[in-house]
Amino acid sequence: MSDLTHLTISEARAKLRGKEISAAEITEAYLSAIERANPVLNAYIAVTADRARAMAKTSDAKLGKGEGGALEGIPLGIKDLFATEGVHTQACSHVLDGFKPHYESTVTSNLWADGAVMLGKLNMDEFAMGSSNETSYYGPVINPWRRSRLDTVVMPTTHQGDGGFVSAGGTKTERTLDNAQLVPGGSSGGSASAVAAFLCAGATATDTGGSIRQPAAFTGTVGIKPTYGRCSRWGVVAFASSLDQAGPIARDVRDAAILLKSMASSDPKDTTSVDRPVPDYEAVIGKPIKGMMVGIPKEYRVDGMPEDIEALWQQGIAWLKDAGAEIVDISLPHTKYALPAYYIVAPAEASSNLARYDGVRYGLRVPGKDIVDMYEKTRAAGFGREVKRRIMIGTYVLSAGYYDAYYLQAQKVRTLIRRDFENVFAAGVDVILTPATPSAAFGVADEDMNSDPVKMYLNDIFTVTVNMAGLPGISVPAGLDGKGLPLGLQLIGRPFDEETLFQTAHVIEQAAGKFQPEKWW
Amino acid sequence: MSVDLQTVKRVAHLARIAVSEEDAERMTGELNAILGFVEQLNEVDVSGVEPMTSVTPMEMKKRQDVVTDGDKAADIVANAPATEENFFLVPKVVE
Repeated sequence: MSDLTHLTISEARAKLRGKEISAAEITEAYLSAIERANPVLNAYIAVTADRARAMAKTSDAKLGKGEGGALEGIPLGIKDLFATEGVHTQACSHVLDGFKPHYESTVTSNLWADGAVMLGKLNMDEFAMGSSNETSYYGPVINPWRRSRLDTVVMPTTHQGDGGFVSAGGTKTERTLDNAQLVPGGSSGGSASAVAAFLCAGATATDTGGSIRQPAAFTGTVGIKPTYGRCSRWGVVAFASSLDQAGPIARDVRDAAILLKSMASSDPKDTTSVDRPVPDYEAVIGKPIKGMMVGIPKEYRVDGMPEDIEALWQQGIAWLKDAGAEIVDISLPHTKYALPAYYIVAPAEASSNLARYDGVRYGLRVPGKDIVDMYEKTRAAGFGREVKRRIMIGTYVLSAGYYDAYYLQAQKVRTLIRRDFENVFAAGVDVILTPATPSAAFGVADEDMNSDPVKMYLNDIFTVTVNMAGLPGISVPAGLDGKGLPLGLQLIGRPFDEETLFQTAHVIEQAAGKFQPEKWW
Repeated sequence: MSVDLQTVKRVAHLARIAVSEEDAERMTGELNAILGFVEQLNEVDVSGVEPMTSVTPMEMKKRQDVVTDGDKAADIVANAPATEENFFLVPKVVE
């Protein structure tokens, strides 16, 4: 049964339609994989086994009549940020204790309408604030990848019997896994870990500054943040409304294309949802990229970047060149200001969005001597450290006398960041290639990262520009570093040109191959 | 710009988050580290640059001013910590 969990969505789709396997079988395979692995990986914070079985049964009935939808019978994991009717929806925060919405997010409604099966809700950084999935109220998620080292082992000389065969000894290399636990990245760490560890066929995720692409890079999976406005934000717990976008994490580029097609829509319930048809992203996979102009931004070569990542980037350039793309050097001069501008805009929007958690309408309430005391005690007990930090920064930069110096300045810088991209696209660049992250996955409770919030924020240095400019970006696994950990490359496209991203990412995937962790859990 | 302990306490009250003396001291350091990091934005020349108000240029969608939803008071209060007859209950605010 366990090999059913190793099928990609496109493979499972073919077998389900061909009635070689049933939705019930593949669902059971995932449920037992989750039962075994979750105590170690902590990727799921709620498993909806009964609902999964009921949905699979409905799918099997539809498949039997040849009426299956695009994702009929495909078991998925859902990030805890998406409202799912009657099911745990807490953005992994204590402040939303016990919250079970009476409505369904548009993105998940779209997936169920296409026949997907819900396995459960996935762990994440609290309110999607974090880059390591360590700020969750439900504890950290563990990356299924571990560092390894290559050892040279000396083979003993052996004799077999009198005057018989003599093995000459010599040496061989063996990979030894290190026991240290690594983070899967964040904030969609549960999504990335579950997809990489075969605990769901694909997962929903969200990306405000890199929360899809960074965990995808840390786990050898594919993650795409679509253009702002492509997926409805309705029913997705809001963090920073001008930056938040939903997208999928999947095992390969084709699966990501299949999932995004179902997740994306025009939605009257989200005023920033765009009114344009959703293309068939899968149709571009395999199309040649000959003649495509690929921009290489010099500002993404940062001090202290590991050699492995520089080498990976050069390798990516070579692959695209071999496939017939034209490589051009470009400049995006305001790149270095994206992260500081983000740490004004995102907390400012968060402080406003999170004002609603007051102990009155849902979730936790800590009694106080009057209503203000109740608010203050509820929020003090309900929010974790990182969330409080960001609310405080946001409140400060929006407070009287500081608005112009911080918020207005950041929004002007944001205009310049978008202009940088508009200029290179106007000059004919079709897609931009960069590393996805400045490092591979790091350790759980890393001292450096946890003692200095700014160090943790630097994880998003290559991804955050894309959110600031509202562009689509995809992270695709491209190789392993010296310690055997996956590394990703990022492709950035024109607004609503996700097709070019899938097309180009597939070329990288074909050249690099796919990566999966050695099973230890 | 940097914040002192008093400012942190004032901001915490504005954000309606109770902080202990110890929390406030720790936060002062953390907030100053972040404010120090964002300070570099001041070196950008933004003269004549419009602040971004919408990440994708689009006209705001408007809908017909008609009732499209409703009659679900019980759903709305279903998750509240304290309710009575479809009202949210809060500590007394008016004497």
